[in-house]
Amino acid sequence: MSPIDLSQHPPFIYPDYKSSVSRGPLQSPIDLVGLTNQRESGERSGSLVNRFSVGKLDHDLIRNGQQGGLPLGERMVVSGCVVNQWGKPEAGVLVEAWQANASGRYAHRVDQHDAPIDPNFLGVGRCVTDRDGNYRFYTIKPGAYPWKNHPNAWRPQHIHFSLIGETIADRLVTQMYFPGDPLLEYDPIFSAVPANARERLISNFDLGITEADFALGYRFDIVLAGINATPVENDLDEGGHN
Amino acid sequence: MKATLPLTPSQTVGPFFTIAMSNCENEGRLSSPVGNEISGMGEPVILVGRVFDGEQNMVPDALIEIFQADAAGSFTNPDFLGFARSHTGNNTDGYYLLKTIKPGATGSSAAPYISAIVYMRGLLTHVYTRIYFSDEIDANAEDAILAQIDDGRRDTLIAQRNDSDGVVTYEFNIHMQGDKETVFFSI
Ligand SMILES: [Fe+2]
Repeated sequence: MSPIDLSQHPPFIYPDYKSSVSRGPLQSPIDLVGLTNQRESGERSGSLVNRFSVGKLDHDLIRNGQQGGLPLGERMVVSGCVVNQWGKPEAGVLVEAWQANASGRYAHRVDQHDAPIDPNFLGVGRCVTDRDGNYRFYTIKPGAYPWKNHPNAWRPQHIHFSLIGETIADRLVTQMYFPGDPLLEYDPIFSAVPANARERLISNFDLGITEADFALGYRFDIVLAGINATPVENDLDEGGHN
Repeated sequence: MKATLPLTPSQTVGPFFTIAMSNCENEGRLSSPVGNEISGMGEPVILVGRVFDGEQNMVPDALIEIFQADAAGSFTNPDFLGFARSHTGNNTDGYYLLKTIKPGATGSSAAPYISAIVYMRGLLTHVYTRIYFSDEIDANAEDAILAQIDDGRRDTLIAQRNDSDGVVTYEFNIHMQGDKETVFFSI
């Protein structure tokens, strides 16, 4: 089996994203699969699914940061299915999320953006995918925020995601964006993704996920490498996912 | 083989991941299920180090995750969770700190090692490396992976052991670029 296909991910150096220039490695990664028998590779061994437990309100960012009141902003349900590259749902995956509040400010001491902190919103959530690979968060739509990369630079609205799947070869850290955001085309972090792969990071508004009189629904499905999964004939519904 | 689904692309972890991934950042609220300790039978060791960028500046906002076998070299021990994370913003010195046990060798020609994953603002896709141990001189000399790394770069994969007051500390620094650029793997 070949190593993870890095051509589906952003490059290490993307000059429009300034900090990548001195922080991305310059040497090519060495192909560990080619150097060893796959079964002896620790990176493809063990199982990390269903090994982490989460608290009762961890998936509910509307309630888990409350200090006597409700957070401000547009309420959302963010839900999706985690599958591997052969379309098999991935159960027991730890999904972690973090984000700015409705004003575009993180509850982090380093964030100096002059926008109000919401005392009732932490912007931290986590959950574990169910047996069908589904996850669900309740949250507030994050605001855009400025950053220093270039003059008048603004990050499009986004939610950070981290997923721990079966092995560390499946590890994914990414960001979910929103449809129609005018800032996307100016964002070098989003644009660093190969052009034909960018839309995979944009969630879809979904009336089926939307909860009446409560919160708008956005769907964000995620495909992990699933590096140890055996491809099964007819397992993949052609033209299905995405 | 059948066509596969395209993967969800990676994005940088950004500068604010500690609100979700570190328990000190939230005043103890919403504590993370992933800590900086791996517990189990074996020799307790502390793993520390810093991360440097291409200008040799210390990176104060890097996330380090480790994954390892147990002391017997097994990755499938159900009573052992060989995964932990730390970051370089714990203190002004820029050291990550992990507490674990030294793993056993996992094959006849393999020296013991810990796999590490590195993330940071500015890094769009995470990188993998391996941490071998400076006191495993014979095993390292016979290791099938280390043998195929250029002589000039092999040392970037070796953590330096320090014994003091009965505490074993291994130091493993990560250089993203430059003469000492760490060997990273595609896996
Ligand atoms: Fe962000």
